[in-house]
Amino acid sequence: MRSTIMRFAALAVAGMLALAPAFAAPSPTLAKVKKNGFLRCGVNEGLPGFSVPDTKGEWAGMDVDFCRAIAAAIFNDPKKVRFFPTSAKVRFTALQAGDFDVLSRNTTWTISRDVQIGLEFIGVMYFDGQGFMVPKSAKVTSARQLDGASVCTNTGTTTELNLADYFRANKMKYKVIAFERNNEVISAYDKGRCDAYTTDASGLYAERLKLTKPDDHIVLPEIISKEPLGPAVNQGDQPWGDLVRWTFFAMLNAEELGVTSKNVDQMLKSPNPEVRRLLGVEGAFGESLGLTKDWAVRIVRHVGNYGEVFERNVGQGSPLKIKRGMNALHTKGGLQYAPPVR
Amino acid sequence: MATPLRIAWWRRRRTRDLLFQAALIAGVLLLFGIMANNAIQTVERQHIATGFGFLDHTAGFDVVQTLVRYDETSTYGRVLLVGILNTLLVAAIGIVLATLLGFLVGIGQLSSNWLVARLARSFVEIVRNLPLLLQIFFWYFAVLRALPGPRESWGVADAVFLNNRGLYLPAPVAESGFGFVMLAFAAGAIASIFMFLRAKAVRERTGRVSPVAPGTTALLVVPALLASAAAGFPMSFSVPALSGFNFQGGIVVLPEMMALVVALATYTASYIAEIVRAGIEGVARGQTEAAQALGLNRGQMLRLVIVPQAMRQIIPPLTSQYLNLTKNSSLAVAIAYPDLVSVFAGTTLSQTGQAIEIIAITMAVYLTLSLLTSAFMNWYNARVALTER
Ligand SMILES: N[C@@H](CCC(=O)N[C@@H](CS)C(=O)NCC(=O)O)C(=O)O
Repeated sequence: MRSTIMRFAALAVAGMLALAPAFAAPSPTLAKVKKNGFLRCGVNEGLPGFSVPDTKGEWAGMDVDFCRAIAAAIFNDPKKVRFFPTSAKVRFTALQAGDFDVLSRNTTWTISRDVQIGLEFIGVMYFDGQGFMVPKSAKVTSARQLDGASVCTNTGTTTELNLADYFRANKMKYKVIAFERNNEVISAYDKGRCDAYTTDASGLYAERLKLTKPDDHIVLPEIISKEPLGPAVNQGDQPWGDLVRWTFFAMLNAEELGVTSKNVDQMLKSPNPEVRRLLGVEGAFGESLGLTKDWAVRIVRHVGNYGEVFERNVGQGSPLKIKRGMNALHTKGGLQYAPPVR
Repeated sequence: MATPLRIAWWRRRRTRDLLFQAALIAGVLLLFGIMANNAIQTVERQHIATGFGFLDHTAGFDVVQTLVRYDETSTYGRVLLVGILNTLLVAAIGIVLATLLGFLVGIGQLSSNWLVARLARSFVEIVRNLPLLLQIFFWYFAVLRALPGPRESWGVADAVFLNNRGLYLPAPVAESGFGFVMLAFAAGAIASIFMFLRAKAVRERTGRVSPVAPGTTALLVVPALLASAAAGFPMSFSVPALSGFNFQGGIVVLPEMMALVVALATYTASYIAEIVRAGIEGVARGQTEAAQALGLNRGQMLRLVIVPQAMRQIIPPLTSQYLNLTKNSSLAVAIAYPDLVSVFAGTTLSQTGQAIEIIAITMAVYLTLSLLTSAFMNWYNARVALTER
């Protein structure tokens, strides 16, 4: 008799749990990440400003910091990430096979990758476009003068396709020399194998630093494509996609609301309802993501807002000195725009 | 009276063997089933495109070396063909060069000349013991470093040029009347085969050796030459010439291909050299002595007595070296040579994301190449095998 009542009670509690929205459909990926005790993050093998290991094996860059932000949100510890360097060629297969939980590797969002390869892009971390670099000695000032050139690039990239489009559209001839790894592209270009080197503009500035004489090379003015670079996860685990996406939006919203790694603790006392919701003083958005109330506080405190991450890695605080340009917030004339936390 | 010992059916050895085999097969099938099921579920859950329809889709990228017509509007199926042909090309050239070099070094190792033997030995020891990928990079960057840029090309007779973009050669272009020359050549070739076969028959019947090389060569060359003179030399050459950044016209051998072929050929040659040495050393000493007693010189002795017998021991391991070379050619992607793995299992895979289909096709291609090579070598082995009369 007694045990029957207990059983009913247990059933009722389970039913309520199942219905309660705050505990809705937990993410299998999040559960696995928590069980492992760290996030697995696929990054570039070496692209200054985005993802490079330093001499001590410590990774740095925007793509790297984004994974740290996810780890901060989950574990309150940005160090709980394991980085998996992957070439452009193998990145999607590795993600599909479950080698890592998120791919944060200067990857262009395209329809084929989104729909056929079955990725879920979570946003645009960096608005970019493809450009060309040539040795100054070639006396070339425009990409339109590259007819008949040999061009070095990476295989398995959008770069390879845009290159073909650009030369075809402009009725120019070319030879493409496509390597799997960056180091070989750069040494081959450095040794004169190609007349030009092409990749995302951000990549051109970053890779130029690796040349024997960076000052002997110039980047041509033409930008021949749209390269919206962003992190991606596998389809099939919507709550995980949400968690990763809102980690990114939290960084953008923090910048927009003036919340930085320095002032985040004072900001907790802010009367501004938008700030209060972002920082979890009001509402239960963190819980609904499967995280804690202070998820965004953790992100900003440990890693910083979007602007801080940008300036530190590729902007004025870095050797790359890239301007915000398209990557400025929409309030400052750029394209970066995050939906509100409410 | 004792009844004959009867063993229960389930304890009989044969039954047990069968049962174990059945269990093993069932286990393997189950494993494959689980793997397939796993793959299907992943593909469905993650909404990954499936099927072979992509082979008809436009590839949209260019390939730097194609043996068949190909451009950006060609399909992924065409990319597959381009990749297979490029793999076959390096494998074929690599096998020929590796065999020549391997036999030279292998015989060199047994030379009575101390210097030659030492050199051959060191070659084998060094080349065999360094990782192949390292050697590919070494040759590639050595080639790039050594060669001048297009403007400073080394040229021969204003028709052949060498620079860090490749070796440019004049390409023959057939003109009207060329078919006539081809016909004359074919006739000459058939005649020379007849001549060779007759000389062989005579040798086997009477033991008389008559030199045929001058005759057969003449038959190959003279009719074709006469015919082309008659037709007013119906062939022109597309000569490479510098225009803009690079040379245009003619045919080009890419530096990537040179480096890959050299690396594959020397690496495999070091193994073949050992096989050849072992094969020759395996021929009974009495054979050498008998050959000397017959008054054969060293060259004849090698060619007529030793090598043919050594071949029986050389061919089976040689076959696996050929297979290795073909498979090793897939390291091409490291230095941007567009082989099957690079353009199909690499570029096509990352553009379409269809890993399962593409890797299956790629494996099937390599398997077919390996089986064909083995079949050919087995046939050849059967031919050189000891025929006892
Ligand atoms: N955004 C492009 C290109 C990304 C890309 O892979 N770029 C090159 C050059 S910046 C790279 O990162 N290569 C590194 C590697 O493959 O090791 C894409 O998603 O396809």
